[in-house]
Amino acid sequence: MAKNIYSKPVLFTILAVGTVLVGTLVTTFIPMMTAQMHPKLAGLKPYTALQLAGRDVYQSEGCPFCHTQTVRPLKTEVERYGAYSKAGEFYYDRPFLWGTKRTGPDLAREGGKYPDAWQYAHFKDPRAFSPHSIMPSFGWLQDSKLDPAQVQTHMNVLGFPYTPADIQALADKTRLDALVAYVQTLGTAVTRKAAVTAAVTVKKVHIKNPLAGNHEAAERGERLFEQNCEACHGKKGVGYIGPSLKDKNVFLYVKGNVPDDDYFDIIHNGTREGGVEDGRKEKGGMPSFGETLKKDEIWSLVTYIRSLQGEKEE
Amino acid sequence: MSYQMSDYHYDNQTVRKFIYSSIFWGVLALVAGIWISVLFWAPGLNGPGWLTYGRLRSFHVNVMAFGLVLGALIGIFYYITMRLTKRPLLFPRVARSTVYLFNLAIALGGWGLLMGYTKSLAYNEFEWPASLLIVILWVLIAIVIFGTVIKRKEEQMYISLWYIIATVVTLAVIYVLNNLEVPAGLFKSYSIYAGVNSANVEWWYGHNAVGSELTMATLALFYYFLPKSTGLPIYSHRLSIIAFWSLVFAYLWTGAHHLVYTPIPDWIQTVAIAMSIFLIAPSWGSVVNGFYTVREDWSRMRTHYLTKFFILGITFYGLQTVQGPTQALRVVSSLIHYTDWVVGHVHMGAMGWDALVITGAIYYIIPRIYNTEIYSEKIANTHFWLVLTGQIIYSITMWIAGIQEGAMQKAVNPDGTLKYTWDQIVSKNIPYWQIRTLGGIIFVVGMLFFVYNVFMTARKGNALAASKA
Repeated sequence: MAKNIYSKPVLFTILAVGTVLVGTLVTTFIPMMTAQMHPKLAGLKPYTALQLAGRDVYQSEGCPFCHTQTVRPLKTEVERYGAYSKAGEFYYDRPFLWGTKRTGPDLAREGGKYPDAWQYAHFKDPRAFSPHSIMPSFGWLQDSKLDPAQVQTHMNVLGFPYTPADIQALADKTRLDALVAYVQTLGTAVTRKAAVTAAVTVKKVHIKNPLAGNHEAAERGERLFEQNCEACHGKKGVGYIGPSLKDKNVFLYVKGNVPDDDYFDIIHNGTREGGVEDGRKEKGGMPSFGETLKKDEIWSLVTYIRSLQGEKEE
Repeated sequence: MSYQMSDYHYDNQTVRKFIYSSIFWGVLALVAGIWISVLFWAPGLNGPGWLTYGRLRSFHVNVMAFGLVLGALIGIFYYITMRLTKRPLLFPRVARSTVYLFNLAIALGGWGLLMGYTKSLAYNEFEWPASLLIVILWVLIAIVIFGTVIKRKEEQMYISLWYIIATVVTLAVIYVLNNLEVPAGLFKSYSIYAGVNSANVEWWYGHNAVGSELTMATLALFYYFLPKSTGLPIYSHRLSIIAFWSLVFAYLWTGAHHLVYTPIPDWIQTVAIAMSIFLIAPSWGSVVNGFYTVREDWSRMRTHYLTKFFILGITFYGLQTVQGPTQALRVVSSLIHYTDWVVGHVHMGAMGWDALVITGAIYYIIPRIYNTEIYSEKIANTHFWLVLTGQIIYSITMWIAGIQEGAMQKAVNPDGTLKYTWDQIVSKNIPYWQIRTLGGIIFVVGMLFFVYNVFMTARKGNALAASKA
């Protein structure tokens, strides 16, 4: 048989390497040299020492095996989680932690969705919130403290800014504290939908709930309540991490009933410490639902909450 | 130059040690696999630390891929390379040292994963000290294999050697480039790649780790052991040339089909999807070659017990390589990506194609190393039917569960609101996850029959050697 590449191992190997490198260069290493692979959102900040420690915990415990961190630009995903993921959100992620499977829900928009207290309680006992959840309990993460020197090394390697006080503050933090701090950053650099209030911010007139007393709206509101509110406000709004909603004479921990559109505003915008709604000071902790719920859905929730407060339906 | 019998003897010992090592790691990884499948429907059994799902899951995948599969492949590569070059390994002592280095790397990496030391890169989770050992190991293996091939006594390189060479160079390139990281302590590192770029590099690696280890390397075995165990020559040499070059060319373009609808540039996704569809052709080149080889005489499925391992193996490879490209399509990806469907896909390849071909190859090798016959063809047949049944139960339940998950996530009410909460979606999966455990147990019992058969064959061979001495 004539000599061919199959009897010349060195030549054969060179050809094989060349063949392998074509696709490698075109799809991976040439794009890497261009700006399109290194985008950064304007509002994106490097992780703080505590957040980075939490990210390390997130990796160690294999969280990405069950939770993705990328919302696809698909209608129902945006509906379930919020704005789809942007390339510039991940500039400080070495490596990315998008994951490959959703045994649990996506976490790309988890930051600020629930108050810290909810996150702690959920990590310790996931099934208290979702009866069918198969997430392991992570209460044991509270048993080990962070090693500030180690976290400092990590911050140095990544070149993230910190102060000596930041590192000192880690000494009495547990791995669970760090994990909660990290989870609360997820997706926070993305501009949320601008807060649109029911009426104008400086209210002269209150807007009536167009679905007030509507039986169908109350049923729909009940469904939405179970999906979005129950975890914090308890079954049928009896109160848990968030306050009870059963007494119409208490709103934002202050006595006295308020009009329906104040409820609308709080559901739409959430609360933040120091915020004010209809003259009442907010404590913060309520997530905003303006991005995931439509106007009439929020009004349906208000109708349902009113029905919990004993308001009659038609 | 003439070779002493003892040269081959030492080399056979190296082959044997790799096979035994891989069986050891394989049993650990299989047990971990069964256990984590139980955790899906009994989450209360999660313990703290290494007893939690997240750590055992990475142990299962990485020890399976590097301990069981890579270990077996290195040993079998040595075996095939010697036969196809008609000489012992060029550096027998180096080859022997790779067994110890291999076991050290897997032990260190696997222990690290249980301790929570992970890079969080799919199929590349061992932290940097273990990765470094794997790089050194791979360089030594490359030296032994290339050295032996260059100093070969047979001029033409047979198809299997092409695939072995392609596997050695491809794994070297992708493993090194995806492991560029900055150590931040003894068991922690940060990748030099960030964000969307790190995603693109990782899936270029991840897809081709599967492409070289679980595809090219396994094809090297297939092309060698199918003719050997059936006594039939490969149907078409020309077809294997075309299939080889188009496979190694196209594979490297397709990694981004793991990132469909993510924020990486759209054109990279589209190119990956197109090339994934193209990949059906070279994959089926080998499928056709396998089927037409045995078409000469189908009765060998009955008369030569190993034939069915390779023919069913290549059948699942054929199904896998149609299912994979289909999954790459945007419309399919939008339904099944991130669901259990993909888990079913991966396990059809691993349990259907790789496990059958690798165990078939070991059945062929062990009796020849020990100068004896297989201990029991009957046990081998039992093993075959059990792993086949287990794998089919596993894959099919995961496909059903995956479609259900995808459909429930997408379902909306007439008013456009989402129909199901996450809790409802999870609750519907529980029965499928339970059946999956059953399929897994059947598969593992089959694998234990295999292990028993291998050790009894070795014992028989040892007894024979002792009686002759």
